[in-house]
Amino acid sequence: MTTTEISGEKRGFLATALIAIGRVAVSLFVPIVAFVVLWAGFIFLRDSNAPQGIIAAVAIVWGVGGVALLFWVTDWVVNRTSVTVAKKLQPFVFVGPALAILAWYLFIPTLRSLYLSFFDAQSNNFVGLANYIFAFTDSKMIESFTNNLLWLILGTGGAVGFGLLIALLADRVKMEKFFKSIIFMPMAISFVGAGVIWRFIYAYKPAGEDQIGLLNAVVTFFGGEPQAWFTMPVWNNVFLIAILVWLQTGYAMVIISSALKGVPSSIIEAGRIDGAGELRIIRSIIIPYIASTLVTVSTTIIIITLKIFDIVFTMTNGNYGTEVIASMQYKQMFRFYHYGRGSAIAIVLVLAVIPVMWYNLRQFSKREGF
Amino acid sequence: MTTLAKKKKHNWNIVVNIILIVLVIIWSIPIIGLLISSVRPQDDVLNTGWWRIFAGEGNFTLNNYRRVLGGSQSTFTDAAGNVLRASGDNLSQAFINSFTVTIPAVIIPILIAAAAAFGFAWMIFPGRKIFFTIVVALLVVPLQIALIPILRDYMKLGLTGSYLGIWLAHTGFGLPLGIYLLYNYISTIPRDVFESAFLDGARPMVVFARLVLPLSVPAIASLGIFQFLWVWNDLLVALVFLGGTSDVAVLTQRLANMVGSRGQDWHLLTAGAFVVMVVPVLVFFALQRYFVQGLMAGSVKG
Repeated sequence: MTTTEISGEKRGFLATALIAIGRVAVSLFVPIVAFVVLWAGFIFLRDSNAPQGIIAAVAIVWGVGGVALLFWVTDWVVNRTSVTVAKKLQPFVFVGPALAILAWYLFIPTLRSLYLSFFDAQSNNFVGLANYIFAFTDSKMIESFTNNLLWLILGTGGAVGFGLLIALLADRVKMEKFFKSIIFMPMAISFVGAGVIWRFIYAYKPAGEDQIGLLNAVVTFFGGEPQAWFTMPVWNNVFLIAILVWLQTGYAMVIISSALKGVPSSIIEAGRIDGAGELRIIRSIIIPYIASTLVTVSTTIIIITLKIFDIVFTMTNGNYGTEVIASMQYKQMFRFYHYGRGSAIAIVLVLAVIPVMWYNLRQFSKREGF
Repeated sequence: MTTLAKKKKHNWNIVVNIILIVLVIIWSIPIIGLLISSVRPQDDVLNTGWWRIFAGEGNFTLNNYRRVLGGSQSTFTDAAGNVLRASGDNLSQAFINSFTVTIPAVIIPILIAAAAAFGFAWMIFPGRKIFFTIVVALLVVPLQIALIPILRDYMKLGLTGSYLGIWLAHTGFGLPLGIYLLYNYISTIPRDVFESAFLDGARPMVVFARLVLPLSVPAIASLGIFQFLWVWNDLLVALVFLGGTSDVAVLTQRLANMVGSRGQDWHLLTAGAFVVMVVPVLVFFALQRYFVQGLMAGSVKG
């Protein structure tokens, strides 16, 4: 393989067109053949009565082996063609399957959702902006926007704030690794699992009975009345957000912590010599130095909060005023089967991440060498 | 340093350690409570707080695990020695399902992403820049956008509720990050590594399989753990494409169902939650170093 195109070569229009068709064909070949082979396999497996474990094992070998084999086969086919043609088709053996799958699963769906968002529940009649009017004026939708904003501010603020605090503190002690591992561990736990863990903490029993939820036990220990936390308007959102903070603080901490290691100790020493106290050094030297890391971490968590679904779905199912955008979208799709509204809400979510997308692209185009 | 300054510094250190210990306790209490409750008998869990065991109260049992793991005809012996029959939650089947979903949904996107990253990094072709820009843009696109269109395709193709459908969905949603992470890594492999291979007339596919993949193992490990945790812990994609009640349901779906149907059976819910989290937590501790590297490299993901 060379990475330079053969220049000065004269090609007719027909040849150019054939190469273009070949590129598309190569891109689609692996995914489509893989798909058909796998599909046939699945029909076969579904109709057989083998034990669960064997079906699972066969499915795994089939799926993974099939994809690897088909890469190899396309490459073989491309190499049967003439050298010049093979050279032009070769890159698409590698990037083609990925592009085809991305097109099917993310790129085209964005356009299709946009299209569907202008139609009614069954996508039969054009309804103009009605779904968007619903998305921005329905009382449940407004509730979910407000809640998502709360998630965004408290969830991101909490996770980044605690992450920064712990990273700064752990940087100064001997058992840094141990402390960080514990804080980091919830990252491995699913939102559903965390939901169960925290439902138990928030569990409620009427006053006078022995509380089994930790939070109510603490409240009653100090002489308070036990509360059904999930039904307290507005505050219940905060209790749900606490779960996200518990899960995501570790992520913020790890990234911030590695940025802290990159702050040159000479600058900090210079600050000390000038008589700055510890807090002053953190505020005036360390924080400005790691500002770009803080932005990246915040952005990532902001996107997580915008899409938050699992926690709300398992904890309250959006009841008691805890609805969020993603849970509304799920309900429109699977409870009301209103594809128009569901699509419109999904488009709203995409609009919300466009500033981040724009920022990423700008950062990327600044990088040299592409 | 004067003795006063030393003493001040020493005090400061103690304060920092105490704050950290308090935070670590707060962070680990939820998990400790879960573990303890999952091995307490039903009556204890439902009537007294789990922290009572520190006062020496209560017993331990593995019945909760037997029950959540068991199928519909589970039998168990209660505290009084009676043999009971009760319907279990069959998490052991969901456990196998989770592996069946997760293993290919990790390996397939890594294979495809690695090939694409190699193409983007080392080959020149028309549209290279615009295609990669699209990949970067898709990094943050919420997967919610794809649910309705893809579900419609799946209904036409008869793919709803099949493993193939969910593998492909996770492949599609995992590819942008996969390509981006592996591109960053593969594009830094020194050029001379490939040159002798090409001089020997090796095909790109051979170079990819024999050189690029082995050299990229650290990046592939990071991405693999990332994708593993994401797929194993996912609920939304499984709910939409696998369906809620079928026998292909994965652990997160079963647990979410248990929350709905057994909302107050804390002895079972805690055991179930532990079954769901045990694998990712083990993987996480075993491979924490790679995971951290992956996080650093991929902190643009949405």
